Amino acid sequence: MTKSDSIIKISKLNKWYGKFHALKDIDLSVGRTEKIVICGPSGSGKSTLIRCINRLEVHQEGSIQVDGIELTDDIKQITEIRSDVGMVFQHFNLFPHLTVLENCSLAPIWVRKKSKVEAEEMAMQLLEKVRIPDQADKYPGQLSGGQQQRVAIARALCMQPRIMLFDEPTSALDPEMIKEVLETMIELADSGMTMIVVTHEMGFANRVADRIIFMDEGQIVEQNDPESFFKNPESDRTKLFLSQILDH
Amino acid sequence: MVKGIIAFGQYFLLDKIVGRSPSNIYQNPKFRSAIIQAILVFIVFYTFYSLYQTTVFNLEERGIKTSTSFFDQVAPFKVGFSPFLNFELGETTYIEVFYIGVLNTLLVAVLGIIAATLLGFFIGILRSSNNWLAQKFALIYVEIFRNMPLLLQIMFWNFAIFLAFLPPPKQSLEFGAFYLNGRGLQTPVPIVENNFLFKVWLGILIFSIIASFIFRNWAKKRRDQTGKSLPVLGISLSVIIIIGISSFYILGKPFAVDLPVLGKFNFKGGGQLPLPLFSLWFALTVYTSAFIAENVRAGIASVSKGQIEAARSIGLTRPQMVKLIIIPQALRVIIPPTISQYLNLTKNSSLAMAVGYEEVVAVWANISLNQTGQALIIIAMTIIFFEICSLFTSFILNIYNRRIQITER
Repeated sequence: MTKSDSIIKISKLNKWYGKFHALKDIDLSVGRTEKIVICGPSGSGKSTLIRCINRLEVHQEGSIQVDGIELTDDIKQITEIRSDVGMVFQHFNLFPHLTVLENCSLAPIWVRKKSKVEAEEMAMQLLEKVRIPDQADKYPGQLSGGQQQRVAIARALCMQPRIMLFDEPTSALDPEMIKEVLETMIELADSGMTMIVVTHEMGFANRVADRIIFMDEGQIVEQNDPESFFKNPESDRTKLFLSQILDH
Repeated sequence: MVKGIIAFGQYFLLDKIVGRSPSNIYQNPKFRSAIIQAILVFIVFYTFYSLYQTTVFNLEERGIKTSTSFFDQVAPFKVGFSPFLNFELGETTYIEVFYIGVLNTLLVAVLGIIAATLLGFFIGILRSSNNWLAQKFALIYVEIFRNMPLLLQIMFWNFAIFLAFLPPPKQSLEFGAFYLNGRGLQTPVPIVENNFLFKVWLGILIFSIIASFIFRNWAKKRRDQTGKSLPVLGISLSVIIIIGISSFYILGKPFAVDLPVLGKFNFKGGGQLPLPLFSLWFALTVYTSAFIAENVRAGIASVSKGQIEAARSIGLTRPQMVKLIIIPQALRVIIPPTISQYLNLTKNSSLAMAVGYEEVVAVWANISLNQTGQALIIIAMTIIFFEICSLFTSFILNIYNRRIQITER
């Protein structure tokens, strides 16, 4: 499935941590409304790749373009890209000193310069969308992990981003909470959001992804649509990975 | 009590069965700890009681009857620095000397706390910065001043630096209307010429400050509703300054400023902060700020990396991130140990004796005590003063602390 109108263009991306070569010559373009799932063994560079997209990590070579804006050291451009790219973390990273509602309305007020009334209205709408409007006045510490992660999704959505990045959003959750978070993500996918998801949830990948990317040792080993990816993996490394992750 | 009886009974019965003598009750841990505590309490009380008795006896032996009647006697010695109360040799009484000492202690403590907080936060932020030079500078600062005894530092600044290097009055260092020399800091002092107009002027000033707070609330409400923000601090400050200056001239200069002027040998006019106060304040500030800097560093370090990444990922700028995310979380870690540092600073001000600053321990617990011999009352009053100071400081700061702590449950 190819889409001519791409929103993210990554070419010849290289990143090192000291001497460790974390990303090697990554080429990737993501179309508008495309959903991409990235999987691979730990240490393969999946998280590093998506963290480069909103510059939580700085790359050394190659270029990243998000919605036509090139990622450079220019702080203005970085801020602009960050407010267009939402991110959900493995450990939620909600602000513990703010209520759920304040967590969600913070960035719209300070970055988008919206009025508090307007920002809170929108935050409430999104909290309803993730089905926790009744928790709006609680603090993150009072919520379960699944609820916290859904607040984190709502917080990112409050900036009305065009792209959502998910960095192992369910890895820190109890099994029964994974489902509620995945359901929220599926709804979001159905609404037409561009999404890049790093996850090991292969059921989710099969259902939602337009494309699955398998990474190993800092390289993209294989990318394909879910059906071909699961049924006819091309490389032996992918086959080994799939057999390990699916047979248990 | 009941448990003790039961334990006693158990042991007694057990001893009967096993056939040991009942004197083994001393091996019952509960019984033993009760006995030991009772003995300890008795020793402590008896020690204090006998100390009191001995002191009273010895004082009476020397013909000193412990009473507060010396409060109203005239103090036969000079207190050089009393900026809040007037000191007249031959008129000022002992109790007034106590008040002067208390006020001088509070003066250096308040000045020290303000300066140490500002400097400590600055050094602590440098210590947490990514700049190599700033970080190492802050590290060296902290390690030098934290590791030297305070008394040594006070004497070092006073005798080795300020007294040695500050010029005599004739060659004073000039800072606008301020002059620094080996005797201290000469400052301008306002002199009220027309009391009524001065009060009017103060009233106008206070009114405009209140108005600026109302303006701040209005601007915040407006921002909440429309999202438009105003440079509140800049507007308020400039309006207050303009109103203050213009009403000063409209009211026909209700007060004059007495500037220090160099006479033949020394300055005339103005006020003087004596060098001992300056040295003591400087040493206390530098010493305490090193500890506060470490608290600040710990506070900043306690904010997890994930918080910073989340703040960046939603597009907050660096200043916004510091203001909205880092500081509110860091303060919860910074404040409790910083309260202790404020208390330490207040108590450490009693080391002023080394440089001759006339705070409460020097003029009251030392000079007045030697003159009157009223050890019991004088020492008790000094202790109570410091206790009240400390309890009051921690009470106020604990209220603040609770307000910022409660947000996370």
